Amino acid sequence: MKNLTALLLLLTLSLGVAASEGVKLQKASIDIANSASLQRGAKHFVTYCLGCHSIKHIRYLRIALDIDVDPKKVLKDIAPEGANIYDQLHSAMNAHDAEKWFGTQPPDLSLIARSRGADWLYSYLKSYYIDPKSPRGVNNLIFEDTAMPNPLWQLQGDQYAEPRKNIWGHEYTNLVTKEVGTLSDGEFEIFVNDLVNFLVYVGEPVQLERQRIGKYVIFFILMLIVLAYLLKKEYWKNIH
Amino acid sequence: MKRSRITECNDWFLERFPLTKLWNEHMTHYYAPKNFNFWYFFGSLALLVLVNQILTGIFLTMNYKPDAKLAFDSVEYIMRDVNWGWLIRYMHSTGSSAFFIVVYLHMFRGLLYGSFKHPRELVWIFGMLLFVALMAEAFMGYLLPWGQMSYWGAQVIISLFSAIPVIGDDLSLWLRGDYVVSDATLNRFFAFHVIAVPLALVMLVFLHIVALHEVGSNNPDGIEIKESKDPWGHPVDGIPFHPYYTVKDLVGVGVFLLFFATIIFYMPEMGGYFLEHANFIPADPMKTPEHIAPVWYFTPFYAILRAIPDKFAGVIGMGGAIVVLFLLPWLDRSPVKSIRYRGGIYKKALCLFVISFLALGYLGTQPATPTATIVARFFTAIYFGFFLLMPLYTRWEKTKPVPKRLTSVHSIEEQLPALIEEIVHIKHGSSEIGHAAFKGASFTITPNPKGIKNVLGRLVKNIKGSLD
Amino acid sequence: MNTKGVDQSKRQFLTSALTVVGAVGTGYLAVPFLAQMQPSAKAMAAGAPVEVDLSKMEPGQLIRVAWRGKPVWILNRTPEVLETLKTLDNELRDPLSEESIQPESSKNPVRSIKPEVFVAVGLCTHLGCSPTFRPEIAPNDLGDKWKGGFFCPCHGSWFDLAGRVYQGVPAPTNLEIPPYRYITDTQLIIGEAPEEESV
Repeated sequence: MKNLTALLLLLTLSLGVAASEGVKLQKASIDIANSASLQRGAKHFVTYCLGCHSIKHIRYLRIALDIDVDPKKVLKDIAPEGANIYDQLHSAMNAHDAEKWFGTQPPDLSLIARSRGADWLYSYLKSYYIDPKSPRGVNNLIFEDTAMPNPLWQLQGDQYAEPRKNIWGHEYTNLVTKEVGTLSDGEFEIFVNDLVNFLVYVGEPVQLERQRIGKYVIFFILMLIVLAYLLKKEYWKNIH
Repeated sequence: MKRSRITECNDWFLERFPLTKLWNEHMTHYYAPKNFNFWYFFGSLALLVLVNQILTGIFLTMNYKPDAKLAFDSVEYIMRDVNWGWLIRYMHSTGSSAFFIVVYLHMFRGLLYGSFKHPRELVWIFGMLLFVALMAEAFMGYLLPWGQMSYWGAQVIISLFSAIPVIGDDLSLWLRGDYVVSDATLNRFFAFHVIAVPLALVMLVFLHIVALHEVGSNNPDGIEIKESKDPWGHPVDGIPFHPYYTVKDLVGVGVFLLFFATIIFYMPEMGGYFLEHANFIPADPMKTPEHIAPVWYFTPFYAILRAIPDKFAGVIGMGGAIVVLFLLPWLDRSPVKSIRYRGGIYKKALCLFVISFLALGYLGTQPATPTATIVARFFTAIYFGFFLLMPLYTRWEKTKPVPKRLTSVHSIEEQLPALIEEIVHIKHGSSEIGHAAFKGASFTITPNPKGIKNVLGRLVKNIKGSLD
Repeated sequence: MNTKGVDQSKRQFLTSALTVVGAVGTGYLAVPFLAQMQPSAKAMAAGAPVEVDLSKMEPGQLIRVAWRGKPVWILNRTPEVLETLKTLDNELRDPLSEESIQPESSKNPVRSIKPEVFVAVGLCTHLGCSPTFRPEIAPNDLGDKWKGGFFCPCHGSWFDLAGRVYQGVPAPTNLEIPPYRYITDTQLIIGEAPEEESV
């Protein structure tokens, strides 16, 4: 028994070490019930991302219905010129050009929030820095040698990486803004958060509805359990 | 007397089909021991999940496309564009995990109470065949969404076959129908997953139940209730399955559905265990994900595979982990069935086995670091030790005398009122103020430290006692 | 088995209560399964209204467009055709379209908003084949009585150039007219009713 305890202890320790590797992610504040944030996020996505990245699994009409906006307004404010309300959000870039410019095809982002997670996306978009050694001139703390240039650099400004040491002597990299962008730090955080919030919504548009229906289903099942239990008790009262 | 048209039709049918006979044989005249406990819910729940999988599966095939170019998108199409497609898909994906949870618990019940022992060896064999068919079904179903995990999981598992000497490479090529997992593999897995294996599953369930009803159900005491019968020939300790166990199982179904619905509506990914994150990326034959792990229900066997430092031996180990389960009825030499009358060694061995199974399951989800591999080897040894040493320790250990009749153990619900009374002081006070209806209902509750100490002391003693 | 103290009425009540709740639950559970067989959002998108440009149409020309996957005909009728249509009433089953499907704006003898532009769903009201366009008068295979129209090759139904069905053929009603409206003088949108009707 003692050996076992020691082993289990060893196990938890070794896993603890494994978990602390890698850069710590920043926390995005996700609230897909906040339709104002989703509306801003949708607009940001179409302006800054849709040029290269499609989100082909969702349609403008679905977005309009889910984020509480009149479909006509979505076509006017969010969708690019000439889009149909039933259209899926395809990017205008063709695969051949993408291959030539970035060496890879920009992935479809419909499910990026489900595969990467909101915090990763949030941290990733905030972690670009100027890196003269990189072929693109920029690099990313979260995703090293990413093929994507920073689409938001005008908003955020230029960040530089500075090696630091914490009080225990561990080295880590800190990002410092040296050239200010068009948005303040706080504004930029909200901007990225809205964008990530929108991507979380796009990952699974049915989330809110799912949670709404769930309450009724669970209430119904509880009712079923009570009735079934009473019936069982009634039948079993003579069984000893 | 004039007979109604409905009765006439009913009689016409019953004269030609033995419905009453079947119903009696398997429901109202099937006598089951009256002391089934919590562990006996999982058989009927497994049947419920099977029905759920078949029903939701049929509706999913209406929109799914078994084509490498279309499969991934068609799943997302189901999740978004098809009315209620998300619900049906989550019922299916959660159902597959639920199936394994229920089946693992069902099998553990067998280990607890010796349900695999004479005369139920065939019931156990059919059950094990069901388990193997279920694993095949789950494995092939997992390829269908055509995500990164689907693809690389299938690639890895099919490559296992190439470890077999001489024919291995040709065999895995034949299984894939291509040099890598591809459209051909997807298409044939679809055929197996949707029709071939489900047919086998349904037939095996039928055989499992028929074989069970021939010999009768085991029970937590491991006593054959058929040995003491009343003057009418019914087992004294038996009660008809219907209505007693149908109404009881209904409660179990309700509680199961509560958990099932909570997962479907509030955590369908289950933190990446039921739906893995990497599977939301379309399959890419050019790029393996950084860390591939099978779905949780295969991880104990996967951990055994990785623990053994030789390709062929690893495959043998993994297969052996399942084969030993088939041999269980002949490995166990104990004269008693139930854990209640076994000696301390079996109890400890079973406890270690459960720990090693869970630990291997956990390790299988983690990257294979050198430490993790050593730990996995240790638990693999325990896993096999439990089975392979069984003929020895079950013969050595001293068992307790088995009673002739079922013992009555109070269920938790019966014990609860006394337990509450013991751990808290309830002071009834009649408040003068307030509405008349609430009078007498007002009471104060204070914890009773002495009672709590007694209860905890008893609990510790019981746990210790059950281990010896 | 001991039946002493069994409260039959309580059993009965609980059994029926559970049956009712179970039946309601099954009913609700059936909804998603049945509803998922309804057209999906993709089918709805494919069934979106279709715009048609009429500016290049010549007199007597028929064009086909797909709306909801069905063939929709747009026929430019000449004055002669419109004259012929007036003479056919006695041979038709439902000349005033009392029993046929069309929007209110097309419920008139020529079955269209503008007399010269005829729009119809090109599927026979009998069993759904698409009739052929036979504008010629009295061809050999159809005989002297044929004044130009649509002929269904599957089961031999006759329709005139306003989609009205003849007597003595299998089709029960006139060809269906889809909802449509004019955006401009030469532009149609099929699948959307004229604004005064949809309000």
